[in-house]
Amino acid sequence: MNFPILSSLILLPIVGALFLFFTKDKDGNNLTAKYVALFTTIVNFLISIYLWISFDQTTSSFQFVEERIWIKDFINYKVGVDGISILFILLTTFITPLCIVSVNNSVKNRLRDFLIAILIMESFMIGVFCALDLVVFYLFFEAGLIPMFLIIGIWGGPKRVYSAFKFFLYTLLGSVLMLVAIISIYWISGTTDVIALYELGIDAKYQNLLWLAFFSSFAVKTPMWPVHTWLPDAHVEAPTAGSVLLAAILLKMAGYGFIRFSLGLFPLASEVFTPLVYTLSVIAIIFTSFIALMQEDMKKLIAYSSVAHMGFVTLGIFTLQQQGIEGSIIQMLSHGLVSAALFLCVGVVYDRMHSRLIKSYGGIVTIIPKYSILFMLFTLAALGLPGTFGFVGEFLILMGAFKDNFLVAVIASFGVILGAAYMLWLYKRVVFGKLVNDDLKQMVDLNKSEYLILTCLAVPTLFFGFYPEPLFNTIEVSVTDLINMHNLSIASK
Amino acid sequence: MDNLNLVLPEIFVSLSVMFLLILGVFKKESSQLTFNLSLITFLIAIIFVINETFSVNRITLFNDSVVIDHMASLMKIITLIGGFLVLGISSNYLKTFKIFKIEYPILILSSVLGMMIMISSNDLMVFYMGLELQSLALYVLATFNRDQLKSSEAGLKYFVLSALSSGLLLYGCSLIYGFSGSTNFDVITNQLTSNEYALTFGIVFILVGLAFKISAVPFHMWAPDVYEGSPTTVTLFFTMVPKIAALTVFIRFLYVPFLNLIDQWQMIIVFLSIASMIFGAIAAIGQTNIKRLVAYSSIGHIGYTLAGLATGSNDGIQSSITYICIYVVMNLALFSCLLMLKRNDQYYEDIDDLSGLSKNHPMLSLSLLIILFSLAGIPPLAGFFAKFYVFKAVIEQSMYFLAIVGLLSTVIAAFYYLRIIKIIYFDKEKEKYDSDHGIWLKFSITFSTILILLYFIFPSQLIEVVSRIVII
Repeated sequence: MNFPILSSLILLPIVGALFLFFTKDKDGNNLTAKYVALFTTIVNFLISIYLWISFDQTTSSFQFVEERIWIKDFINYKVGVDGISILFILLTTFITPLCIVSVNNSVKNRLRDFLIAILIMESFMIGVFCALDLVVFYLFFEAGLIPMFLIIGIWGGPKRVYSAFKFFLYTLLGSVLMLVAIISIYWISGTTDVIALYELGIDAKYQNLLWLAFFSSFAVKTPMWPVHTWLPDAHVEAPTAGSVLLAAILLKMAGYGFIRFSLGLFPLASEVFTPLVYTLSVIAIIFTSFIALMQEDMKKLIAYSSVAHMGFVTLGIFTLQQQGIEGSIIQMLSHGLVSAALFLCVGVVYDRMHSRLIKSYGGIVTIIPKYSILFMLFTLAALGLPGTFGFVGEFLILMGAFKDNFLVAVIASFGVILGAAYMLWLYKRVVFGKLVNDDLKQMVDLNKSEYLILTCLAVPTLFFGFYPEPLFNTIEVSVTDLINMHNLSIASK
Repeated sequence: MDNLNLVLPEIFVSLSVMFLLILGVFKKESSQLTFNLSLITFLIAIIFVINETFSVNRITLFNDSVVIDHMASLMKIITLIGGFLVLGISSNYLKTFKIFKIEYPILILSSVLGMMIMISSNDLMVFYMGLELQSLALYVLATFNRDQLKSSEAGLKYFVLSALSSGLLLYGCSLIYGFSGSTNFDVITNQLTSNEYALTFGIVFILVGLAFKISAVPFHMWAPDVYEGSPTTVTLFFTMVPKIAALTVFIRFLYVPFLNLIDQWQMIIVFLSIASMIFGAIAAIGQTNIKRLVAYSSIGHIGYTLAGLATGSNDGIQSSITYICIYVVMNLALFSCLLMLKRNDQYYEDIDDLSGLSKNHPMLSLSLLIILFSLAGIPPLAGFFAKFYVFKAVIEQSMYFLAIVGLLSTVIAAFYYLRIIKIIYFDKEKEKYDSDHGIWLKFSITFSTILILLYFIFPSQLIEVVSRIVII
């Protein structure tokens, strides 16, 4: 038995959180707590880098698999990664330290508790991405609600209670049906082990209902139109670090779930429901882009743009084409980086001016040029300019879509134009134009930590925009295998 | 001659009740002594149960009227531990209200004795005797704070309604006796011919009586008032211990004599279960008093327990018992937290009194957070597993409607638990509460919270114990 590297990835943040829990909570600038949290998450990041390096890219089977008896004769604790999940783990461990660096600007009270919540959150999120048992997956998936509820509720904005409740109840409501489905799968197939289920396959007559039950959970979490309304509320009220976690990682759980479970376990049902997903995705892309155009609050605008981007992701997944699925994974990764960066950008100006309204800014380009440049980069990445990370995913998704369904692809392409419209218009109104108000002159440019975070995000955004090859190498075999398996089960039907 | 060792726990408890009563009468100022001796009685009884009966598979005594099996032993141990902890926690509360009297531990002991008899009963007469013994003690306990109007009201209400339900129950018993010719569960099983409508009537009457005892909807009316009016420690007792005994009787009654009539009673249990889950969740939303809220939430939890019973399978029974075990721990933890809300010799029991608790009492708030999320059934806490096992058993029998309704009602229930968490964590703080709590409270909070929090690491242990219970 090798070293349990995945379990240590899951456990390390919890150990860090426990350590913090037993340190004394000081008010104000609690540097020790921050360093402990930072240290833990950076170590976690390094471990996951090591994981990526030692990952064998030539096989689609699960690697680093650990299995332990957990509930006797029923559930085994089983974790492992393949090409699809490993990148999400990397994304998680990469974003979390940045969140922790960013907190000193946005979180004023109870810093220690906030860090504990973030660390626990990280461990649950890693757990979601490497769980290879449905019950273990559900456990991590749901457990994440608790820290996120607290992050929004305790450190959020004025309407935080409403948003926290909405977030919690929406997602819980979506998930309970998934629990019914998971237990049903256990009784139908006799196991909840994902690898075994891949081999066994699930009886065709149950697939549609089970697919719908999983869909209800993932659709809320993605979020897909029309159950997306919790997301703008949650984003607007959450503190910056919370928004970043939410946008960058939490939303990806559902996309990952679609690929791993909806496609993998229910190939026949996925085929049946593709029109449904297409319709909802296209509505999400077009409709929420229009809503984003009309927003006055920057965070809300980015939140709606997230819904639109996730619409592309679901569209790409259900094209069931190599390009489409690879594009979706890449799109999720790029959205993870870019939306995180955009929320941080909003956080930067919010910390200085305490307003997120677009109209209270304008003409800040001369006052804070460094910020404006980085903001520009991320805006361009968000609208999918070639040469940025955002382009790669969107392009592949549309390519996959054109192969599968011309009409849908054409409509979705309009979404790209709308995306450019709302992002550029946002940028123009905030950064260019006349100075709307003299207070803006007092703004100072990025401080060291902000600069560091945004640069950390900018580098991969540009690098993978020009050279996404390493990512493709990692996911390719797994995606090909997934599609082969899918086609095989369709053919055998 | 039957082996009397098997009923040693009951014999010992009844002897000590008598002894303590005499001691209390003849020795002045003996309340502390009685109290301590009662605690020791509980401990010794637990040891007796473990030593004498825990390994017994199934033995019947006294002309088959008493049964000792795995379920009886396990439930007796939980009952005794529950009684022990409630009694331990009570002392400070009682002293504050100046009702620290000898009667309290004696009444608790005798009601526990009644429950133990109920748990072991294999005969309608024995069962009824145990039931009345525990009920009589509980009436007095409800009114124990007799200078308070609410407490007396609670006791009276409980007495009147409970007497009514006992009447229904007895009527059912006599119908069953009339048509089967015996009160013994095993004999009834053999005599049973399912086309007797009167038998069905009998079952329904008994089910109504039992549903009243566990406060399942629509026989729950008494619970909120009684829970609110009784002294808090007695409320704790009410929400935990009698339910264990009543549940055991429920299981034994449905699954021993009347298993063949499952078509007749399954619908009733499903209805009770669904009604309790939904009503408990919705009615709790509007409450302002924590004890009333707990009353409604306990109605909801009983609904989940009954869902397991409705399945008609061993898995279902085991899941119900697992549920009630975990529920008892969560309730104990919740009430221990509630008893910590004391300032200047006054206890606070409104939800608003929890406002901003997290600022002044971080540890207490953290425990409450864990307990409430667990009650709401959010993983990875123990409450999730309790629900998980129940729904696993329910779905095994393809009762999807029950499972989906149950899980949707957990979402509704989550709302009011979240509301309390919101008040604790998101709202403005109030004055500090006292922090000089007795060792009992601290112990029970720490112990139960850790159990709830870390249950997911070793989930198999409880299942293993429970899975030895095979009724069918």
